[in-house]
Amino acid sequence: MKVLVTVKRVVDYNVRIQVKPDGSGVMLDGVKMSMNPFDEIALEEAIRLKEAGKATQIVAVSIGPQAVQEQLRSALALGADRAIHIPLDAAPQPVNAARALAGLAGRENPDLILMGKQAIDDDCNQTPQMLAALLGWPQATFASKIELNDKAATVAREVDAGLEFLSVDLPAVISADLRLNVPRYPKLPDIMKARRLPIETVTPEDLGVEFVPEAKLLKVAPPPKRQAGRKVASVDELVAALRERGLLS
Amino acid sequence: MNRESLEFDVVIVGAGPAGLSAACRLMQLANEAGKSLRVCVVEKGAEIGAHIISGAVFEPTALNELFPNWKEQGAPVTVPVENDELHYLLSERRSIKAPGFLIPKPMRNEGNYVISLGRLCRWLAERAEALGAEIFTGFAAADVLYDDAGAVAGVVTGDMGVARDGSKKPNYQPGVELLAPYTIFAEGCRGHLGKRLMERFKLRQEADPQHYGIGIKEIWRIDPSHHRLGHVIHTLGWPLDNETEGGGFVYHDEGGLVSLGLIVALNYRNPYLNPFNEMQRWKHHPVVRRFLEGGTRIGYGARAVNKGGWQSVPRLSFPGGVMAGCEAGFLNPVKIKGNHTAMKTGMLAAEAVFEALQKGGVPDLDGRYRQSWVDKELFRGRNFGPALAKFGTLIGSTFIWIDQNIFRGKLPFTLHNRVPDHATLDRAANSREIDYSKPDGVLSFDRLSSVYLSNTNHEEDQPCHLVLTDPSIPIAQNLPLYDEPAQRYCPAAVYEIVEAPGQGARFQINAQNCVHCKVCDIKDPAQNITWVPPEGGGGPNYVNM
Ligand SMILES: Cc1cc2nc3c(=O)[nH]c(=O)nc-3n(C[C@H](O)[C@H](O)[C@H](O)COP(=O)(O)OP(=O)(O)OC[C@H]3O[C@@H](n4cnc5c(N)ncnc54)[C@H](O)[C@@H]3O)c2cc1C
Ligand SMILES: Cc1cc2nc3c(=O)[nH]c(=O)nc-3n(C[C@H](O)[C@H](O)[C@H](O)COP(=O)(O)OP(=O)(O)OC[C@H]3O[C@@H](n4cnc5c(N)ncnc54)[C@H](O)[C@@H]3O)c2cc1C
Ligand code: SF4
Repeated sequence: MKVLVTVKRVVDYNVRIQVKPDGSGVMLDGVKMSMNPFDEIALEEAIRLKEAGKATQIVAVSIGPQAVQEQLRSALALGADRAIHIPLDAAPQPVNAARALAGLAGRENPDLILMGKQAIDDDCNQTPQMLAALLGWPQATFASKIELNDKAATVAREVDAGLEFLSVDLPAVISADLRLNVPRYPKLPDIMKARRLPIETVTPEDLGVEFVPEAKLLKVAPPPKRQAGRKVASVDELVAALRERGLLS
Repeated sequence: MNRESLEFDVVIVGAGPAGLSAACRLMQLANEAGKSLRVCVVEKGAEIGAHIISGAVFEPTALNELFPNWKEQGAPVTVPVENDELHYLLSERRSIKAPGFLIPKPMRNEGNYVISLGRLCRWLAERAEALGAEIFTGFAAADVLYDDAGAVAGVVTGDMGVARDGSKKPNYQPGVELLAPYTIFAEGCRGHLGKRLMERFKLRQEADPQHYGIGIKEIWRIDPSHHRLGHVIHTLGWPLDNETEGGGFVYHDEGGLVSLGLIVALNYRNPYLNPFNEMQRWKHHPVVRRFLEGGTRIGYGARAVNKGGWQSVPRLSFPGGVMAGCEAGFLNPVKIKGNHTAMKTGMLAAEAVFEALQKGGVPDLDGRYRQSWVDKELFRGRNFGPALAKFGTLIGSTFIWIDQNIFRGKLPFTLHNRVPDHATLDRAANSREIDYSKPDGVLSFDRLSSVYLSNTNHEEDQPCHLVLTDPSIPIAQNLPLYDEPAQRYCPAAVYEIVEAPGQGARFQINAQNCVHCKVCDIKDPAQNITWVPPEGGGGPNYVNM
């Protein structure tokens, strides 16, 4: 079974995001970039499927500028068998990412596409769903447990009310939630080996992808500054303060 | 334990200017000689530059030697110092600007550049990789490995996935042995492996104790109308008193940014002194605040610097390895510059090791250092630190001016300061409490909101990386004698005395805030705190610091 895992390069989750003074975006100069944490989880799941003898080949794919190859190398170090770079000047919005991935799926014919439930930069939570729609495949999002047999996957989904269990026929798109697993650390010798492995480049033209116009970014603004808080000495004082503001009746 | 091991020709610990220059120089030498060389650099920061913090006004001497065509190669060294001022801050409001001739010669900055050291390190790392070195970030060298003859045989990286109680988590991964005939230690100031090596090989026997300062730095994006590219200001005096040595800096960098900070010598005496709060109040002086009003603070960090200078340089070579850069203490305390000397001693270390790889034996770094301009430069400024320690800032600076400008550092005597910095504190009972006014949230801030800007993070479930030899000392000894100064000298508020009603005082260590400055390892009066590396990748994620 072949598993395709999507890997997005995003600002590391430890970095406090700062907005450019002109509001045209966020500061990226000198900022640490990483693999989207949910993609790490998706990749970890693929590696575990392979270790369990269920998957045979893991293909990692990333769309964006040359720099995304850094994250593809991390994927190779962690255990992906192949890495594919789809070059674009900038990471596309979900609709076009889904289109490029659908093109690649047509060529690679994976049995399963594992993705993060969302990328922590734009927090769109759209690409997996759009990809499933474009391919006409079943989807299971927010997965916190995946059980696989040859023809189908049983997925526990995290929903507001608790867990929802779905069975989806393969091929399918599954997106990973935080609790699916705890990813492993890359090993130093594997990082070294991964540096010598090839990264395949497949252009959108190779795949015959037709991009559609993307939403125009008008402005990025930081959230309003939080007002300083106040310390209360007792529960009574806290209750009184909440009442004062009409937050408690 | 069964660990994987990897073999190299040279292992380098630390990807600062010293370690990276060593890597570049080694690969240059190998490529010139047509030899293949396996060089490995390990860096505990999550990426190159993540743990790098400096001013920085940069003297390009060593860079000129390493890459004579660095300009064409696009080194991020582009902002020449345009205007160089020294201000004596007399009080909260008053100051005098020193006329040019009064500035000790080595403190002048013609020909120097305002840079971000993090950026320069990224560039050096790219060069080193292009030349063929292997760099691994997010891996701390946790311990030194020795062979049967007692020579250094390499290092072992830290284990990952160990829980707070020492048990193995599901993602546990043992560290890897990195073996090589020679290891270059370039951990920067107060390296934790360097400390062990100095003890084991008795490298400090003929040297004065090392002396230190704490450098606290912020980056601000300021109102463009106040920005003057390449403008450099140093301050002496207020808020530090005459017996506390230190000074401030304000450097106007590109992108509308200003790097500013205060360095406070760690031989201070008053246990109530709080270097962080001194730095916060220093920004309120008109000489500094005029630039900051209307600006935004975007970065914060802190790091120890060594300032013992020439008298404190230890022996550098030992069987199987050498020490370079601030690991050995090559910062020039007169200039408070250590980047050029770190780079140069890294290059010399590479040359010594490359020679030893052919000839065998202990690399001769000591001889190379004694022949180099680093030795001459440090020798010339050798009386600077001890003079300030002995005479205080006012008389000390006068002495330094005469020493440097009239005698060019050639006075026929060498002053010594043999009291280590951890032994200088007065008892709290005999000291004056210092009243630091509350931060205003505009120019001055508290420690936690500052640490926030350093993007510091550590995996929470791991053993505490600040190890107390005797856990009872903070409360039983340091608290009554010195009001536990760790509460104040730590720039990240890691140490707290917490008093729960009815339970008495408790010493709390908020290790996940630690910015890896190493000050606690230096200043604790009982020498009871040992900094060891946390899980690789933890710590600050500085952006162009
Ligand atoms: C990459 C990534 C993506 C994530 N995405 C999501 C997501 O999409 N949706 C989601 O729900 N979660 C998400 N999380 C998880 C989420 O961010 C945190 O795990 C969660 O907020 C933890 O909450 P907590 O209250 O347990 O702990 P904390 O984060 O420690 O605390 C939360 C709040 O409690 C306050 N607090 C902490 N200690 C004290 C104290 N002693 N006294 C008073 N106040 C205190 C803090 O100041 C803070 O305001 C994500 C995490 C990661 C790493
Ligand atoms: C606030 C401040 C201002 C300064 N201003 C100036 C200035 O204007 N001009 C100037 O020339 N100099 C200045 N300096 C001094 C200068 O920054 C240092 O001299 C220089 O950084 C020393 O370089 P280094 O390579 O020896 O060590 P460092 O720069 O400290 O680099 C050491 C590297 O090794 C890593 N490391 C440490 N231990 C381990 C381990 N066990 N395993 C793996 N990795 C490890 C660290 O994470 C770090 O990346 C300033 C310093 C400070 C703190
Ligand atoms: S705990 Fe020690 S090393 Fe860490 S920030 Fe505080 S003083 Fe520095």
